[in-house]
Amino acid sequence: MTPPLPDPQQFTPVAGSDARATPVRLLVVQGEARPAVDASDEPMVMTFPHLVLREAIAFVALSIVLITISLIFNAPLEEIANPSRTPNPAKAPWYFLGLQELLHYYPPLISGVVLPGILMVALIVIPYFDINLERAPLAKSDRRRTLTFLWTAAVVLTAIFYFTGAQPVWPLIGPLLLVAVAITVALLLRSSGGVVSWLRSRSAPFWIFAWFLLSAVALTVIGIFFRGPGWSFVIPWRDGIYY
Amino acid sequence: MAALAKWLTDNRVYRSIIRHGFPDSNRNRSLVIFTNFFLHIHPVKARLRAIRFTRTFFLGGLSAACFFLLVATGVLLMFYYRPAVPHAYNDMKDLGFVVSSGVFLRNLHRWSAHTMVALVFLHMVVTFFRGAYRPPREFNWVLGVFLFVATILLSYTGYLLPWDQLAYWAVTVGTNMAQAVPVMGEKMRFLLLGGHGINENALVRFYVLHCVVLPLAMVLGISIHVWRVRKDGGIYLPPPANKGDER
Repeated sequence: MTPPLPDPQQFTPVAGSDARATPVRLLVVQGEARPAVDASDEPMVMTFPHLVLREAIAFVALSIVLITISLIFNAPLEEIANPSRTPNPAKAPWYFLGLQELLHYYPPLISGVVLPGILMVALIVIPYFDINLERAPLAKSDRRRTLTFLWTAAVVLTAIFYFTGAQPVWPLIGPLLLVAVAITVALLLRSSGGVVSWLRSRSAPFWIFAWFLLSAVALTVIGIFFRGPGWSFVIPWRDGIYY
Repeated sequence: MAALAKWLTDNRVYRSIIRHGFPDSNRNRSLVIFTNFFLHIHPVKARLRAIRFTRTFFLGGLSAACFFLLVATGVLLMFYYRPAVPHAYNDMKDLGFVVSSGVFLRNLHRWSAHTMVALVFLHMVVTFFRGAYRPPREFNWVLGVFLFVATILLSYTGYLLPWDQLAYWAVTVGTNMAQAVPVMGEKMRFLLLGGHGINENALVRFYVLHCVVLPLAMVLGISIHVWRVRKDGGIYLPPPANKGDER
């Protein structure tokens, strides 16, 4: 007969003075579903050599690429900093040029603080919203209602970005309309395979993130390649790239 | 050959450092992971789906690899750099004309930095589209967002250090944006620059942030990030039961 099990809440792991004679094995299975808890018979390989080798190859490949680039292209170095001589245009590092491009449309408080702030908060809270966790296809229920809602939102947002900026904010409006059209096409076409049905099964968070992503890329690319003296629009292959 | 390998690996000194025999059995292959400080973040066995290149494109690992290259080249660059005006700029010139492989060192550091910013961003994008932020990984996603910000700040603080026109005015544009923060914007900028304009004080602050504070924060952050991935059972994979269902 086995002695009754102690209350798990009161359990304290105790090893006898001779751990070999009285082995104590402790196993804690945490509340949430950990992948390792769902035992599955999917194919496993030994980490060494399979994974370790892949990592080594990836590292060496990256090093070769970066070393080759470093042998061919020199890092820029201009004349010594001179606070009294402002270059035109004065551009931030490339990853900030999306923000700097936004500065062209909205005052610094909006484009430099409010919008990036909203973006950061949005990124941080992504995993804490149920809609992001379920990720159900956008038009599971009512296609007509989804499309009405979609185009109402698209028109309102387009109006906001068209009229509130110093100029129409095309880098935000363009991706927005692109996403709206993609959703509409996916919902209206009856095709049951390939890209269309893949698009149809995407969720609302997917599309919102896609819009943010495309907008960020558009703003940054315009900032890097299409802006010259006085933040005027330039054609890079005709006028060159300003940095 | 076999005798040589045996002589090299089967003695007390070698075994005191590498505590297992040649990894030709699964037992020894397990011990490679178990007993190696650098490999112990891995489990002994990995799911085949998880280690496919197209699953992750190794973006997280390659970001970390970039960071490693940046630390290696950055430490070497520190030997030749003084964060003062005008020495900083002169040291750049010395790297170009006096120091052996100085140009290469600076190039590798700069291009690795740009690559790291891009890779970390792509890592975040792929993580989102895979839905890998879902419980129990919520907080690791948040940590990842902070690591992305830290990467940007590392790159940005490094941007000023050459003290040329490009560096000076790029940082000017950035810090002017910080000024737009209501109420505390001006104070924040003063704290960051150690003055009202970008001068030698700002150079020293950016130097300390770039070479000490941010790298340490980064090492700590990456460690926790990777540790949590491991504790959550490795990288996220959709359950095998409903394969193809990867919304």
